[in-house]
Amino acid sequence: MEAIRTVSLTKYYGKSRGIIDINLTVPEGDFFGFIGPNGAGKSTTIRTLLGLLTPTGGTADIFGRDIRGKREEVLADIGYMPSEACFYPNGRVGEIIRYSAGLRGRDCAKEAARLCERLALDTKKRISALSLGNRKKVSIVCALQHNPRLCILDEPTSGLDPLMQREFYAILEERNAKGATIFLSSHVLSELQRYCRHAAVIRGGRLLVCDAIERLGHTYAKNVTLTGVSTPPALEGIRNVTTEGDTVRFLYSGEAAGLLQALSGMPVTDVTITEPDLEEIIMHYYKEEGK
Amino acid sequence: MIVFRHELRQGRTALILWAAIIAAMIGLCILIYPEMAKQMGELGGAFADMGGFSAAFGMDKINFGEFLGFFGVECGNILGLGGAFFAALLGSTALAKEEKEHTAEFLLTHPVSRFKVVLQKLASILVQLLLLNVAAAGATALAVILIGEAPELKTMALLFLSYGIMQLETAAVCFGISAFLRGGGAGIGLGLAALFYFFNIAANLTENARFLKYITPFGYTDSAGIIVDGCLPAKYLAAGLGLAATGIAAAFWQYGRKDIAS
Repeated sequence: MEAIRTVSLTKYYGKSRGIIDINLTVPEGDFFGFIGPNGAGKSTTIRTLLGLLTPTGGTADIFGRDIRGKREEVLADIGYMPSEACFYPNGRVGEIIRYSAGLRGRDCAKEAARLCERLALDTKKRISALSLGNRKKVSIVCALQHNPRLCILDEPTSGLDPLMQREFYAILEERNAKGATIFLSSHVLSELQRYCRHAAVIRGGRLLVCDAIERLGHTYAKNVTLTGVSTPPALEGIRNVTTEGDTVRFLYSGEAAGLLQALSGMPVTDVTITEPDLEEIIMHYYKEEGK
Repeated sequence: MIVFRHELRQGRTALILWAAIIAAMIGLCILIYPEMAKQMGELGGAFADMGGFSAAFGMDKINFGEFLGFFGVECGNILGLGGAFFAALLGSTALAKEEKEHTAEFLLTHPVSRFKVVLQKLASILVQLLLLNVAAAGATALAVILIGEAPELKTMALLFLSYGIMQLETAAVCFGISAFLRGGGAGIGLGLAALFYFFNIAANLTENARFLKYITPFGYTDSAGIIVDGCLPAKYLAAGLGLAATGIAAAFWQYGRKDIAS
């Protein structure tokens, strides 16, 4: 079964663009990444799926149920973590977590306690005294304590320290292994590459590509910077060459082994190989689409 | 009922403060009545003879030297205006605050229909208003016993009923408006309550503005009329209940379909 299926999903805010013609399929049990720069339409897509926004056109189903007709049933299956973790200020962490469980008509005390322990979250703290990272942790517990079939996570790791990010992804992987579908949006590509099986790229409100993460990863180049030389190695797949003194920068889209072999015979004093940033990857798909 | 309970918990401190202040002010006002009544012999006529000013506050029709007349004007103003401001605050923020504080995204992504959210928030407003009026009535009863007065119960009940319905209408109209807002509605609510109050003064002052009594909920809280007639003015009351129903219906309709701002 498909966890998420949208057909020509479109949302306009008055005359301004939200998302246009989004056709997205996420199979049940997938670990799915949703990539795009700020303002691309990631949150609009998610907020439309959750019924916070009414689509201007198209349809969306969650586990085969229409999001507009069966909103309550759909939301019962979802755990949602918004990009901004905002809660009622005059309460304590434990109260918010219990309120969230109560709104679902469930007693999730055991699972909530387990999650709080793993995330080192003090339930007695006042919400108003929490840092962004701790508010994010509250949000994680509220999203996961009822063991949802589908976790929708919008920019989940911003504000979490690296250790907590690792713990958070470990929890998600456990949930995914037990059958839960994970759908998370991010603009941190490395994060998605590491954990997701499939991903979709969105820009300007339109879906550019949706594929397995390996295939997405191999279609774009690496940024290479060499110090100690003024020309790049003679290899295919090299473009956008710029030289500055004894430093040369270029984009390389060939095999890593070929590059390393070529570099071994050059008087290189320093090498940096980085992922192109998100914008460059998106531009790649943009160009592909235009062909 | 979880949203209802949560709303009551969220509003607990504000309710306690408002109820304590209004109840204390009414109580104090009643406690100074015997002293005032002694001086009212010669002043009573003067209060009734201040022309437009007396008419504006309904002092031309009642005997200020009698307890009910005093209570209707002085205490009526405290519970009327204070209650209206509290009701406006409750009504105008109940829905809008969720968007202002970005908690709507938290609340509405749980499996609770928007209809139920609106219904439970409305119920919590009604209960908070009821508690405020119970506190005011309790303080009144206590102070009345302390000064040894025995006002007619039916008239007192009618006065309290009129203030209660007035607060309900103010809250309902503000509730309807707040469903259309994306941010805090407190300013709009308080402004509207003040406007209603001045509409009533204007309607009391001149015949040309009498139609405003159909718009302002203060139109049917005119204590002078209630004490003299022994009932609430039906035409203004009916218009008020109509407006309250419109506000509530607008809240359900708009909140059920609106896009929730991020």
